[in-house]
Amino acid sequence: MQIKGVVYKFGNDVDTDQIIPARYLNTIDPAELAAHCMEDADPEFAGTVRPGAIMVAGKNFGCGSSREHAPIAIKAAGVSCIIAASFARIFYRNAVNIGLPILECPEAAAALEEGETVSVDLAGGVIRNLTRSGEYQAAPFPSFMQEIIRQGGLINYVQERMKKRA
Amino acid sequence: MSMTITEKILAKHAGREEVSPGELINCSLDLALGNDITAPVAIQEFSRLGQDHVFDPERVALVPDHFTPNKDIKSAEQSHYVREFARRYKIVNYFEVGRMGIEHCLLPEQGLVLPGDLIIGADSHTCTYGALGAFSTGVGSTDLAAGMALGECWFKVPESMKFVYHGKLRPWVGGKDLILHTIGDIGVDGARYRAMEFIGEAIENLSMDGRLTMCNMAIEAGAKNGIVPPDERTKEYVEKRAKRPYTFYSSDADASYVETREYDASQIRPQVAFPHLPENSRPVSEAEGIELDQVVIGSCTNGRMEDLRTTARIMKGRKVHRRLRVIIIPGTQEIYLQALREGILEAFVEAGAAVSTPTCGPCLGGHMGILARGERALATTNRNFVGRMGHPESEVYLSGPAVAAASALAGCIVSPEEVLGDAD
Repeated sequence: MQIKGVVYKFGNDVDTDQIIPARYLNTIDPAELAAHCMEDADPEFAGTVRPGAIMVAGKNFGCGSSREHAPIAIKAAGVSCIIAASFARIFYRNAVNIGLPILECPEAAAALEEGETVSVDLAGGVIRNLTRSGEYQAAPFPSFMQEIIRQGGLINYVQERMKKRA
Repeated sequence: MSMTITEKILAKHAGREEVSPGELINCSLDLALGNDITAPVAIQEFSRLGQDHVFDPERVALVPDHFTPNKDIKSAEQSHYVREFARRYKIVNYFEVGRMGIEHCLLPEQGLVLPGDLIIGADSHTCTYGALGAFSTGVGSTDLAAGMALGECWFKVPESMKFVYHGKLRPWVGGKDLILHTIGDIGVDGARYRAMEFIGEAIENLSMDGRLTMCNMAIEAGAKNGIVPPDERTKEYVEKRAKRPYTFYSSDADASYVETREYDASQIRPQVAFPHLPENSRPVSEAEGIELDQVVIGSCTNGRMEDLRTTARIMKGRKVHRRLRVIIIPGTQEIYLQALREGILEAFVEAGAAVSTPTCGPCLGGHMGILARGERALATTNRNFVGRMGHPESEVYLSGPAVAAASALAGCIVSPEEVLGDAD
């Protein structure tokens, strides 16, 4: 799967309270959550983000709370993919489980700049800067997680397992 | 093969003789937990499975604690959704306002999490239960949905880091100070994806409440789990609470660790973490004089009996500084009642503090003490991220209960020694 989008850049240790502040967690509606996505990091983001956007961040993206509302808000805001130097582990699991593509690649995270156009080949983990030259290789998903992604998320994967049990 | 305590518990629950770091394994669950914020998403995902039962109605715990007692109509709707699910699926361990507590104070207290268990919770501070010698970790709502259906969860076996605390603690130093100091040392991603194993003389002498505080904040260093090898103190704590068998595991002497950190605990002073990350911890002496608008004492980190007793020792017979508000939140109904019987709540009220029913409330900026623009709080909670307790331009400092209580009297951050000397 090929993705193309414009880079929105964030720093290190972006926590889930910045991604979706707890004051908005009294709903599970993705559209409502998306309206406040990244509000405490960049109040303009939710109002200006363009569909297909590629979020680029530093180390430990998504640290803090286990709230799945964080990747849900990002996905519903129209972000197609997150590239970060590293991810906090619960956020990483949550993103895979809801089918939000994420790639770990410190080189791309450091090099890509706000507003640049980038293409991402999810299967191969290849990230290309289309504005300037530059090609980066992200760490591949473990095969077990590729299987979850192939089946369209964890719930479909669980359904398969339950069929086998029955 | 030699293994750490974390590896042994994972191996047991995967039905394996041994496991190694990096392996992907499927494990059986002893308990799956959700709250009023995370359970609604999990229930929605669970319903997509079309299953008419959870894997075991006694092994699912639902604790509405974050926005409860319901702070607004939307929160009430979410709690209602969780309550209806608990009724329909005959969830035994559903806890209603008035009989509940903050989930990570409540579950150990009620004997629902035990040594050797494997627990997942859709709350990042689920790592708290490692203090009992269990493997316990936070997950998201979809993982909880799958866990409620299958009674299983997949894991990557984490590498283990060993943290050794030599020596005896100074007066007014507790588990919170040790863990803040440690996070200050390794950073908020210093243990990312790893197990943090806490050992040494200072840990052996640390109360169960102090150990729960330490494991609670393992997530603030990015860890998958925190764990303390169970001992006599653990046994004393669990034997009166457990309603099912439990197992003590311990690390082999030659188990392998990716890293070992050693600390002279006798040199660690009461800590304060500056905004906006828990890794910004410094000795309280470097924070003295910082003026405060609010002090919060409570949360899954420091809302237990020992924390309230420490607070009372400092506050009893004294008055909260006129400049600020103090909000004290006992972690569970049982703790609330015990504090009532010991006269501790009376001392708080006489000192001029507000005492709340158990709730996560202000810790995550939910309700019960939200900060205005420019306001500054000192809290015994676990996170001081931007906007964590209210307005994005407010500030949260973190400390243990002793520093928080002393500062509540002074109106600014001070060392407890300034109020009471070293009479710990």
